Parts: sequence; structure tokens; C-alpha cells
Amino acid sequence: MPRKFGKPTDPDYEARLAEFEARIARGEKIEPGDWMPEEYRRQLVRMISQHAHSEVVGMLPEGAWITRAPSLKRKMILIAKVQDEAGHGQYLYHAAETLGVTREEMLEALLSGKAKYSSIFNYPTLTWADIGTIGWLVDGAAIKNQTMLAQCSYGPYSRAMVRICAEETFHHKQGKEMVITYAKGTPKQRAMAQDAINRWWWPALMMLGPHDSDSPNTPTLVKWGVKTKTNDEVRQEFINEHAPEILEAGLTLPDPDLRYDEATGNWVHGPINWDEFWAVVNGNGPMNKERLEARRRAHAEGAWVREALAVYAARKQQTAVAV
Amino acid sequence: MNEQVKQALIAKLTALADDELILAHRDSEWTGHGPILEEDIALANIAQDELGHATVWYGLRSALDGSDPDRLAFFRDAGEFRNCEFVELPRGDWAFTMLRQYLFDVYEALWLSAAARSTYSPLAEAAAKVVREERFHLQHTQAWVERLGLGTEESRRRIQAALDEQWGYAQQLFVPLPDEALLVAEGIVPDLAEVKEAWLERTTEHLRKSGLELPLQPGYQPASRQMHTEHLWSLLAEMQSTARWDAEAKVW
Repeated sequence: MPRKFGKPTDPDYEARLAEFEARIARGEKIEPGDWMPEEYRRQLVRMISQHAHSEVVGMLPEGAWITRAPSLKRKMILIAKVQDEAGHGQYLYHAAETLGVTREEMLEALLSGKAKYSSIFNYPTLTWADIGTIGWLVDGAAIKNQTMLAQCSYGPYSRAMVRICAEETFHHKQGKEMVITYAKGTPKQRAMAQDAINRWWWPALMMLGPHDSDSPNTPTLVKWGVKTKTNDEVRQEFINEHAPEILEAGLTLPDPDLRYDEATGNWVHGPINWDEFWAVVNGNGPMNKERLEARRRAHAEGAWVREALAVYAARKQQTAVAV
Repeated sequence: MNEQVKQALIAKLTALADDELILAHRDSEWTGHGPILEEDIALANIAQDELGHATVWYGLRSALDGSDPDRLAFFRDAGEFRNCEFVELPRGDWAFTMLRQYLFDVYEALWLSAAARSTYSPLAEAAAKVVREERFHLQHTQAWVERLGLGTEESRRRIQAALDEQWGYAQQLFVPLPDEALLVAEGIVPDLAEVKEAWLERTTEHLRKSGLELPLQPGYQPASRQMHTEHLWSLLAEMQSTARWDAEAKVW
């Protein structure tokens, strides 16, 4: 199965590209080993590995609250949730590997700061209500994006998304239930829930990516069926679902301009602070250094374990051959 | 069941649950910080199972005295916990965590297999269910002990150091509670002396096979579950911080 990544300088590039685009237009999935433009491969590796890194880094802000969960049930749910995120990281790394990149290369890119991960995980989790709010808003935003990506033209990514979405939907429900419970709880619980919504609302809108006008990759990705909607479209869907639910829970949103537009049926939001978004994306958010440092530390502290595992496995294999 | 036996059983269930809860806490501290992503998943799974077992034992206690498992976990002070010191020790490195989990898993699998024949049917049923999960943990941690013992010089040194430190503490798993003999006499719980014999045989064989040496001096061996290490207070301060933050909260 010769894997073929076409470059515009290849003699048959135009013909192959036309055939490739026709397949996508017919709704066929592109599978590992099929011909694809190098640029398609590059964009997918970028997106899938970023997505995998987001799952792995995303374990940190929530994982930090496992030891502080306020009931046995919540503790159990949270460990299971963070474990699911590790599992998502695992399928996504596998999906990216089908494009000829190794897990080690991807991890190296993450740890060196070259690869990105979702901007949202560079915000701190300050109270327990952040755990519910992350489930409701962050997983809610992720689901909008992932439901779109489940239609993606690349088979392994699309299938990983279908599986991940099913689990995320569960996390989203649990998060929403938690925040609504606290909104109806004691004054302290309620204040904690409101504070968490205030802090996470804008970052959740931003995590869906820059405005379409500032998203240079979007048109090509849409043409090749990698993305089937633009960032702004997905963001609008997210707001339309979540804004009324949060208001209905008796909480407020930190956007004085937010209003329902009868004519379009959309909830219209006020201006997004893109300076903040770019600062976070470029490494200057509140937790960027700490998150990356935590990953580096875990990787460095695990080096002797991985080495022992490799030596042990090699020795086992040798023994097996000798026998 | 007479009152004295009932009280003894409540005390035993509390000790069992507290061991699992505190061990799950230590294991869960690794979530997101494991040496390999696959191990984050496996250890999170073990932590969930141990937490699940804690819930089972608190639940059996609740059936006897109407206590609320969440109150027991989040509103008791360190001096009221009845876990052994072994499970309180900080997580240490990967070798320390894997070895502790292994030594605990062997004990738990043996104890549960015997408890599945308990004359107290709620305990027998719970033990029969839980023992299946323990077999999976045991396979996993047993394999890690061997890999680290027979891996590199460094991994062997680390796991040997963990063994030297833990061996004495682990013996506390086999120290009966003051009234435990009443429960053994009624066939409600297994005799820890018998469990210990099987545990020693099994762990000794596997540790030797993994290139490790049992410490000649067992070191400090805690004897009473009324006593704790200096670590428990801070562990609980963290674990209980959210639940105690709002004394009026009815629901979490």
C-alpha cells in the first residue's frame, strides 16, 4: 500500500487532484494509503495532533480537582471523565499516525512548544464550579466542532470524532447538571457557579477559533471537506444553544450586548476580545507556561520508566528468540 | 447479629472503605502526569475501581447503621479515619506507586476471594463482584513490578528502594482490628493470619522472580489503625476542602 502525498510539482498532480476532489464531492471518505495532496495531509496532521494535544493538556485543569471533588459520586465521575480524555488523546494520536507521523514526533512538537493545543486550557480552574462549567461550556463548544468534524472527509479522523462525540455528550450533560444544581443551591454555591460562567464564557467562544476573516486555512479546509462549517457558524450554533439555557438556569452572561434577534433566530453576541485570544494562542495566557511545564515534567519524570519498559521488552524478545 | 458483632463489622467495613478511599486518592494524583498516556488510562481505571470499592464498603456500613458515605468521607477528621498508614504514604515515583498497588492488590484479591464465602451474605455478594476487578489490577501491577525489577539498573534500584520502604508498612494490612476475632469466629470475614500466609508466599515468589530482595529488616510496622502518618492531615485537608467549604450545602 504505497502512501502517496501529491505535490503541485508532480507531473500528474492536476489530474490526481481533480480525481481526489471529485471523490470528496461525492461524499467518499479518504482512507490511509489513498492518494492525497501533501497540503491535505499537512493540514490534517496539524489539526488532529492539535486536537490530541488538547485532550492530553486538557486533563490537567480538570485532573487537578479530582482530589478535591466534594462527593464520592462527583469524584468518580471526574476521574472517569479525565480518563476519557486520555482515551481521546490516544485515538487521535492513532488517527494522526495513519498520516505517517509518529507519536514521539507529535509529543516532541508539543513539549518544544511548536505544536498548539486548544487555547481554553491555558485558563486556570479556580473553583470546583469550574469543573461543571468546563463540562457544560468547553465540552459544549468542543461538541459543536467535533460534530462538524465527524463529517470530515478523512475516514480515521471522522470515525474518531464519532466515538469521541458520544463520550463528550455525556460529559456535557454531567457538566450542565452540575452547574444547574449549584445555581439552585446555597448562596455560596450559586455565587461560585456564576463566577465560573463569567470567567469561562468568553474563552469558550474564543476556543472555536478566530473570525472567518482571520482564519486563512478555512476556505481550503472547507473545499476538501475537512471542515464543513466555518468558525463563526459553529460559534453561532454554540451560542444559540447555550445562551438561553444558562439564562434559564437563573444565571447571567458576561456580555451586556447579548440579545436575541427575532429576524434571524440567532443570539447576537458583543465584540470578542481577540487580543486576549491571540495572546493566549501565542503563549501568553495565564496558564500557558504552567501547562507545558507540567507536561514536560511528567515526560521527563517518566523517561526512566519508558527506558525500563523498552529494555525489558527487548530482553523478553531476545529470550523468546533464543528459546 | 448481636450488637457487639455488629459494631465489630461496622468498624471492619470502615477500615476497608478508608483503605480504598485513601489509596484511590493517591493513585488519582497521577492523572495527567503518568509516564505514558496508556498508563494514565490504566491507573485512572484502577483509582476508579478502588473508589468504587470504598463506596461498596461504606454502603454496607450504611445498611447497618444508616451512616451517610459522603459524611464519612468528607467530614471526619484525620483521627477518625481507620485506614492503614501504608495507603497514606505520598505517591512517590512510578516504582513506588506500582509496588504499593501491587502489594495491596495481592492482599485485596486474596481477602476478597475468601470473603466471597462470608456467612454475611451482603459481604459475600459484594466480595464476589469486586474480586473480578482486582484480578485485572493484579495482572497489571504484577507485570509492572517485573518490568521495573528486570528493566534497567535505575528501575531496579528504584523499585528495590520502594520495597525497602514499604515492606514494613504493608504488614499492617494483616493486623486485625481489636474485635475482628468475633467476626472471624462467626465466619463473617476471613482470618487475616491465613490471608497473610498466602500473601507472603505469593509476593515473595513474584518479587524474587522480578530480581528483588526482601528487606532483611522490615523496618517500622504500624500496629494500630488509630495511628496515622503526618501525611493524612494534609491529604484530608485537600480532599475535604470543597465539601467543607460550604457548610450549608445540601447537595453537591
